[in-house]
Amino acid sequence: MVYARLILMRLFKAVIVLFLIVIFNFLLIQLAPGDPAAILAGEAGAADQEFLNQLRERFGLDQPMYVQLWRYVSGIAMLDFGYSYRLGVPVFDLIMARLPATLLLTGTAFVLSLVLGIVAGSMAASRVKKPSGSLIMALALVFYATPLFWVALMSVVVFSVYLGWLPAYGLYTVGAGHTGFALVLDVAKHLVLPATTLALFFMAIYTRMTRTSMLDAAQQDYVKTARAKGLKPSIIQRRHVLRNALLPIITLAGLQAGQMVGGAILTETVFAWPGIGRLMFEALQQRDYNLLLGIFFFSAALVIVFNIITDLVYSLADPRIKKGAA
Amino acid sequence: MSFFARFAQNRGALVGLIILLLIIAMAILAPLLFPESPWRMVQRPFLPPLSQDGFPLGTDTMGRNVASGLMHGAWVSLLIGLVSTSVALLIGVPLGAIAGYYGGIIDDVLMRFTEFFQTIPNFALAIVLVAIMQPSITSIVLAIAIVSWPPVARLVRAEFMSLRNREYVEAARLVGQSNTTIILRQILPNTLSPIIVLASLMVATAILLESALSFLGLGDPNVMSWGYMIGAARTVIRQAWWLSFFPGVAILLTVLALNLVGEGLDDALNPKLSRER
Repeated sequence: MVYARLILMRLFKAVIVLFLIVIFNFLLIQLAPGDPAAILAGEAGAADQEFLNQLRERFGLDQPMYVQLWRYVSGIAMLDFGYSYRLGVPVFDLIMARLPATLLLTGTAFVLSLVLGIVAGSMAASRVKKPSGSLIMALALVFYATPLFWVALMSVVVFSVYLGWLPAYGLYTVGAGHTGFALVLDVAKHLVLPATTLALFFMAIYTRMTRTSMLDAAQQDYVKTARAKGLKPSIIQRRHVLRNALLPIITLAGLQAGQMVGGAILTETVFAWPGIGRLMFEALQQRDYNLLLGIFFFSAALVIVFNIITDLVYSLADPRIKKGAA
Repeated sequence: MSFFARFAQNRGALVGLIILLLIIAMAILAPLLFPESPWRMVQRPFLPPLSQDGFPLGTDTMGRNVASGLMHGAWVSLLIGLVSTSVALLIGVPLGAIAGYYGGIIDDVLMRFTEFFQTIPNFALAIVLVAIMQPSITSIVLAIAIVSWPPVARLVRAEFMSLRNREYVEAARLVGQSNTTIILRQILPNTLSPIIVLASLMVATAILLESALSFLGLGDPNVMSWGYMIGAARTVIRQAWWLSFFPGVAILLTVLALNLVGEGLDDALNPKLSRER
């Protein structure tokens, strides 16, 4: 019951945010230089007057502003994002076709960065004054400061071009005709470089968060009690400190999800990974604004869904939250 | 202990400061050492590093001098980092101050607004904004500022909420100072140190964002930037790794240096907090 209410409240909030983004998108189309019809057509130079008039009529651009806004909003409410004029395909279909690849990439990178970050961060927290602890934090800072797309390119140079260990482009070997387990293995091989480069930056963030959170938790009274009881430091660190430090990490990890979508745009671009990030890059290059705004809306929706999931995980992990939310 | 002594106690911060000064020197010396436009084709393309005098880092796909581009790019990165952070402060500080000082429904409305911007994926929003406004220094600065002000607003709000009921604020109220005066002259000066620390880290993030935007081809077409250099060399990475390597190192060092300086500033401005850590 409590969960149902929590989910309903979060969904209500999500709908409002998405509605605002739709309006925002609508305003952006109006703000863009030139004629909205020309933008919808893709490129001002390529479309002749007759075609523009046709478009204007078809999309109601000759109607007053509020009618246009209503049409746009109600269209999106029915998952009608319009057409990509470069590809002549509905934007929604394009995004749906690319979504699984992005979910595979970001999901893998998220789990990888969270696990490695928590391990590295808790190691650093139990070695506060030691060189090994400082080394972990220094590495985390370097990964944090390194541009994602550059790591991606350099890993292609080292692991793909120079060492020849891993494939650098695509989701699977085109034309190899793998099926079943061989296909899974092939995709996994293609996934290594993009997922690792995307994970490095977030691993750096999670490492720093885990360390701070654990050092905070170590100051708490229950840790002092455990120490006074004479428990072994390793047990205190695992059972008392880490467990309590994990809660803030879950929250912050959820908030970072939005950045992961941004990171995916860069990684997918470098590795020609056929996800919505790469689609966004293609839309950019072709100035396909309608597709671009559709992807933007969709990535925001993804982030919101992810935030709701983290909220639920959080409330499962900490029963006290239920009272606060209800 | 003096401000600088506290700052210098953090060795990393000192290293960061030195790197940062070197990069600023690069930016200042660029027009003197390479008076020609970094866009000019000056040699045959794909010249490897150290293979010819005057081209220590080689030439790019169009025969442009990589060293020249790198130095001119320093100026662009620093400029965009600083200006966009200033604009973000201009948005975030007033919003946070008003929300934190007045509280109540004003706070609610402003914070929902802030949350909205925090929910939207940062980088995707920046891409859409620059693409729609057309790439230029102004649109890039605006886009970076629009995606990076929310943390400022949250920080300033929290500071104002903890300070608004202090005795000196009550005293100022009793003397009959107006709300504006209290916000600007009494509370704001006391929130400066955390704002300065956050701002130094924001300049770093802004430089990363700018490089990512120009990497995707959304840079100002009239200025040479590090991200553009990497993006332009992306397709020839197999033949000419150095074209992407050096600008990337430049971005990495600049961002790293700014983060180290930020940590040092934190130590120097909030001595009590950092000792506890």
